[in-house]
Amino acid sequence: MIADFGARKLALGLTMVAALSAAVLAQSPDRSKPPAIGPAPSLKMPAIQKQKLSNGVAVWIIEHHEVPLAQINLIVRSGSAADPIGKYGVGSLAAAMLDEGAGTRSSLELADALEFLGANLSTTSSFDYSAIRLSVPVSKLGDALPLMSDVALRPTFPASDLDRLKKERLTTLLQARDNPAALIQLAFPRVVFGPTHRYGTSANGLPPAIEAFTVADLQAFYRAHYRPDNATLLVVGDVTPASLMPMLEKAYGSWKTEGMAALVAAVPNAPQLKSRQVFLVDKPDAPQSQIRVGWVGVPRSTADYAALEVLNTILGGSFTSRLNQNLREEHGYSYGASSAFDMRLSAGPFMAAAGVQSDKTGESVKEFFNELDRIGTLVPEDELKKAKNYVALSFPGEFETTGDLARKLEELVVYNLPDDTFSKFVGAVTSVTAADLQKIAARYIQPDKMAVVVVGDRKSIEGPIRQLNLGPVNIITIDELFR
Amino acid sequence: LVLCAAVALGAQGTKLSVPYTQFKLPNGLNVILHRDTSVPVVSVNVWYHVGSGNERPGRTGFAHLFEHVMFEGSMHVPEGEFDNWLEAAGGNNNGSTTNDRTNYYEDMPNNALELALFLESDRMGFLLDDKAPDKINGQRDVVKNEKRQSVDNQPYGQAFIELPALLYPAGHPYSWSTIGSMEDLTAASFEDVARFFRTYYVPGNASLVIAGDIDIDATRKMVEKWFSDVPAGKQPVPPINAPTVVLDGVKKKTITDRVQLPRLFLAWHTPAVLKPGDAELDIVANVLSGGKNSRLYKRLVYDMQIAQDVNAVQQSQALDSNFMIIATARPGQTLDKIQAVIDEELDKLRAAPPEPREVQRAINQYEANFFRGMERVGGFGGKANQLNSYYQSAGTPDYFQRDLDRYRALTPADIKAAVEKYLPKDRRVELSVVPGEKK
Repeated sequence: MIADFGARKLALGLTMVAALSAAVLAQSPDRSKPPAIGPAPSLKMPAIQKQKLSNGVAVWIIEHHEVPLAQINLIVRSGSAADPIGKYGVGSLAAAMLDEGAGTRSSLELADALEFLGANLSTTSSFDYSAIRLSVPVSKLGDALPLMSDVALRPTFPASDLDRLKKERLTTLLQARDNPAALIQLAFPRVVFGPTHRYGTSANGLPPAIEAFTVADLQAFYRAHYRPDNATLLVVGDVTPASLMPMLEKAYGSWKTEGMAALVAAVPNAPQLKSRQVFLVDKPDAPQSQIRVGWVGVPRSTADYAALEVLNTILGGSFTSRLNQNLREEHGYSYGASSAFDMRLSAGPFMAAAGVQSDKTGESVKEFFNELDRIGTLVPEDELKKAKNYVALSFPGEFETTGDLARKLEELVVYNLPDDTFSKFVGAVTSVTAADLQKIAARYIQPDKMAVVVVGDRKSIEGPIRQLNLGPVNIITIDELFR
Repeated sequence: LVLCAAVALGAQGTKLSVPYTQFKLPNGLNVILHRDTSVPVVSVNVWYHVGSGNERPGRTGFAHLFEHVMFEGSMHVPEGEFDNWLEAAGGNNNGSTTNDRTNYYEDMPNNALELALFLESDRMGFLLDDKAPDKINGQRDVVKNEKRQSVDNQPYGQAFIELPALLYPAGHPYSWSTIGSMEDLTAASFEDVARFFRTYYVPGNASLVIAGDIDIDATRKMVEKWFSDVPAGKQPVPPINAPTVVLDGVKKKTITDRVQLPRLFLAWHTPAVLKPGDAELDIVANVLSGGKNSRLYKRLVYDMQIAQDVNAVQQSQALDSNFMIIATARPGQTLDKIQAVIDEELDKLRAAPPEPREVQRAINQYEANFFRGMERVGGFGGKANQLNSYYQSAGTPDYFQRDLDRYRALTPADIKAAVEKYLPKDRRVELSVVPGEKK
């Protein structure tokens, strides 16, 4: 029995107090209003200690002595956005191949060595950058660092492992055909950015390109971008610079720049959508429709960053946001609705999103537009205050673990943000006004120009969608999404 | 702070310890306080020792539906304000339901602790007001959409409805899925909610953990202030009467779904959480599918490349656990071929213990993950929730070191013995999901 099982050993191992509390009987607290809340605690931003290796690689360190762990992230400031035309997906595959053989070790030998140390090593990339991330008990840091630098500096790209990873990725794309949530992730960016802009195709790429990738393709990407002049080391954990720096120097100090510096032109901002259109992907008999409404958003460098965080919190960035309250709590059409500005080096997408029951697809799309229209009118003061508090007061919780802190450092490095970005953020949020929100909403949320993308059961949802008269309705086949 | 004598991992000197203060209120509420000042946040975590295993036939999915209603306000908290007030204080919250328990948390800046205690105490003591029937109707629709999203519209989602029904006899508390059936969700009434609340949502069936940047004495006084007037339950919480379940043969079933690739599920009955055999089977799962060198991954995915993925897991539960192996075929490959390889590998482990390095590698990963689990206070994966979890399953909150010691003590012979004893080839569930029409 669950409760009995717990209670049976209740007396065991109580380290401090086990006694009945002093009775406060019959004294009911005042429940007529919520208790007053005292002043919010301030977050003391941890100090970033900046060092350099002999070859010039920047090392940023945050000491964090809570748990005997170390997080070491090597950031390479090139990601999928650097994929050449015709080779979309090569940067992502190159990152994935880094730990499939490196130095003198095979893929299996590397995995065995790292796992034996209790280390977690991941090699990944996004549109904006690539990363090799190591989490390891600090007592094993000296053993794990040479393995990590092998992966970063001496990957061997074995042809048989490349073949295996290609098949794995192609099979994943085959499985995406089963899943409306996966299909919408392919369909929405393709509609907003088009098939040629890099943001229009998923970071992993599509079957024709994946099938054609060779070891030479991966090596070319690697040589162009994985270079000391394009890299930064970020360390957070139970370390001191004095003990750490010699280890890092040994692991990474000999990394030399070869040839010309990497020249990567930023992805150009995509042309903005001009008029509203609907795109419908047929997934026969789906019990829910996946809906996305949006267009080209903003880059991370936007001066409106803090105001957009507040605006999106109100629209669809929190549980009490308008979209979630409307589609979930008020109407019960959905398990949850949200919105987001995906901010990258160039303007990423803005999207409002939900999965809704199929027989309420038309009603749901209508409610999306009700909320997208309404966000353009002045936000009431109490709603603004709630959103500003939510963003500002929950911010310290994002700095809790070694992994959290390292991700915050990544953001500073990749987007070239000043060191005081995080300590200034709360103040910037606090100063946002309702007039500011109305101004940026008029600029960044124009519902009459957005794309409406729906993956669902065409025979039951096309009629209700057409009745909304949103604009031209385009039918996309599932096959088209994979070409 | 968390760790005393944090020296070399793996050395016997390392001790995991989460100091805590524990007390009980006269109404029966168990309270556990833990101080961690690394960031100025606090997590309030409440477990009610009731889950879908306590549901009655015809009302499957009810414990989870009830969990949703808990967020819709209570006698002194108007509908919607639970979330509004918390968000205005910078707080986040969530809840979840399993077979065995329902849990809730609020994470927030430490200045808002009293708000969370007011909210938690109000819904523990005074959930039902005259608007409750409407709230149930509203959340019924939401939960049905949760089912559509997480089960019905998910490839292979139907398997998690089929597996409990294959593993357990009809009427057993684990024989239905936590999400329940659409019919039963439709049938749930206000009277059901009122009865469930009176029976299970009583302080003596709950445990409150507060962890984070708190002052222990002041927090204790706050708990006494807000929870002392929560009425005690009128009668003891009814125990679950479940017979021990043993499969007497292979239960085989094939279902169709709109999927590209077939997927195989093998499932066994295994020892309950923390019972002898439970830790062994965690390590068996790692030896089989944890990392590229694990036996099933290496053969099926790495070498033969006949499977897209393979996962083994010991799903630990209070009454009895399930060990599962799940593998998806590559295009053109059959589940028969995959199952034959799985059985070959299980036979090898029945015949000879794994290499010492395989077992040590798995234990080292468990050990490092215990440290990673010490970093976060809140959410479902933080220390506050783990203290409540250990309190329910082990009877004591600070079970971290003793839990880790279970794994450290294991030998290759223990792993072989566990496979022989608990994963018989002739007594298990074999479920295949193959491409076709959704049933």
